[in-house]
Amino acid sequence: MTAAPEHAPKMAQASFAERIGPWMPVLLVPVLCVLGFMAIPNTSSWLTLTVSGLAMGMMIFIMASGLTLVFGLMDVINFGHGAFVSVGAFVGISVLLVMGHMTEAPSLMLNLLALLVAVVGAMIATGAMGYAFEKVIVMPVYGHHLKQILVTMGGLIVVEQLIIVLWGPEEIYINRPEALKGAITFAGAALEKYRLVAVAVGLIVFGAMRYVLRRTKIGLIVRAGVQNGEMVEALGYRLRLVFVGVFIAGSALAGLGGVMWGLYQEVITAHMGNQAMILIFIVVIIGGLGSVEGCFIGALLVGLMQNYVAFLEPKAALISNIGLMVAILMWRPMGMIPVVKAK
Amino acid sequence: MSDPILTLDGVFTNIAQYHILQGVDLQVPRRQVTMLLGRNGVGKTTTLRSVIGHWRARQGTIRFDGQDITRMPTPAIARAGIGFVPEDMGIFADLTVEENMVLAAASGPIDPGRLEWIFGAFPPLKTFWTSEAGNLSGGQKQMLSIARAMIEERKLYLIDEPTKGLAPAIISTMARALRELKAQGASILLVEQNFAVAKALGDTANVMDDGRVIWSGPMAQLARDAGLQEQLMGLSLEAH
Repeated sequence: MTAAPEHAPKMAQASFAERIGPWMPVLLVPVLCVLGFMAIPNTSSWLTLTVSGLAMGMMIFIMASGLTLVFGLMDVINFGHGAFVSVGAFVGISVLLVMGHMTEAPSLMLNLLALLVAVVGAMIATGAMGYAFEKVIVMPVYGHHLKQILVTMGGLIVVEQLIIVLWGPEEIYINRPEALKGAITFAGAALEKYRLVAVAVGLIVFGAMRYVLRRTKIGLIVRAGVQNGEMVEALGYRLRLVFVGVFIAGSALAGLGGVMWGLYQEVITAHMGNQAMILIFIVVIIGGLGSVEGCFIGALLVGLMQNYVAFLEPKAALISNIGLMVAILMWRPMGMIPVVKAK
Repeated sequence: MSDPILTLDGVFTNIAQYHILQGVDLQVPRRQVTMLLGRNGVGKTTTLRSVIGHWRARQGTIRFDGQDITRMPTPAIARAGIGFVPEDMGIFADLTVEENMVLAAASGPIDPGRLEWIFGAFPPLKTFWTSEAGNLSGGQKQMLSIARAMIEERKLYLIDEPTKGLAPAIISTMARALRELKAQGASILLVEQNFAVAKALGDTANVMDDGRVIWSGPMAQLARDAGLQEQLMGLSLEAH
């Protein structure tokens, strides 16, 4: 067969602005850290706040990562996502309470093992709940945004009430596992052990999600499905099954986030997921719909901004993240790293 | 016609309130290139999309290789052995050329021999193997779109206007690739507005108007009869 013409494009050196453009969102995190360093007079305070901000960001990322995939791949606005956070927290903490002998032992291994069991239990419970939620609540309203908002909001209320029925209406105060209490001192700064664990868990989740999405065929199907689901089906893939799998995975991640968030705040309530949804939606929107990387960067920005502003100007802390969202959307209206166009 | 690979029998398809297909009867013989011709808006694309299952036939039967696929979901239709190249090419712009091809090889890893054959047909795909598909030129995107359908052996290819808006050199490349595909024993249902390409590739032709096939016969007969072309499509295709 005769070869086609090459049609090689003319190569030209891209300008500095063009080369740095794709990296700008990534650079925002160190830029914000540097700004915080300049604004906060004490280095040890800055370090403590930075680790705290990163830890908070990681936990928001874990809770939000599933929602961005559901949003991006399935075009489903799931206001019920917060229900998985709450259920994850309650199931996980219940498991931890059952394993009190392990969490109270001054052994890091035993504590982490108990935490692992709690996290797995929470993820299984919320994954199963996600499956049922998708089948019963979400499936009938695919393609109808207003109905999705209404019906998933209703689902969230029902789940919150079920939590109250099962665990009672009171807040539950919890103790972190023994070895995760307290702080270590580094460069004169007190770094809470639990926050360091949260940073590590967040990095593991981010790495695992990137690996699955970038290096596996199922990840390829998900990324392609976000762009053109009809064509993915025409290639022979049952996107419906992938949808359900993503919904289950997203729900399970929210459950993991719920356990981490509950232990971070040391108190859990039926409404904790609903309350976290504001931060979760901010992160999903500024990150760009469907983008795990954007969600990760957005979560870190939100966590850092919240901590820096709460230290520097406590009254402004409440609006700092809304301000961040407005600024980023004025800069990039589709979010930092959009994978799908807003519909 | 003996045992066609694809048969549409009285197919009606609606898109919202519009009745696009209004009783399409069509047969695609095995190992031939079957042209689907007609003016814009007569239902050619809808016919292909009804076969692949993107739009559901409201009435009528679609049989592929002896199997009724009228109500089958799109993935099952594709796995039965139908490759689809849509009019908008349907490439995944944010994925690399390699990732597009890996995804297209739905039944397993890419066959290296087949990939070399595709690289022979479309060298730019080798050059830009690791580039994002969205950065390719229009012609290169069309090459990728067809290469994706070719990466695995299919019994039938549905190809919608592969030469639309392309330069003559690339059109020749497309035509050669499709001829090669046919030589391998594949059956092709090709929607094409470029009559020179249709004449060069087509074995049989079906002309559509108002959501129906109004004429079927050998492509050569249509190509040499300007009066028939005028009668069927309201213009002389020889002018193209």
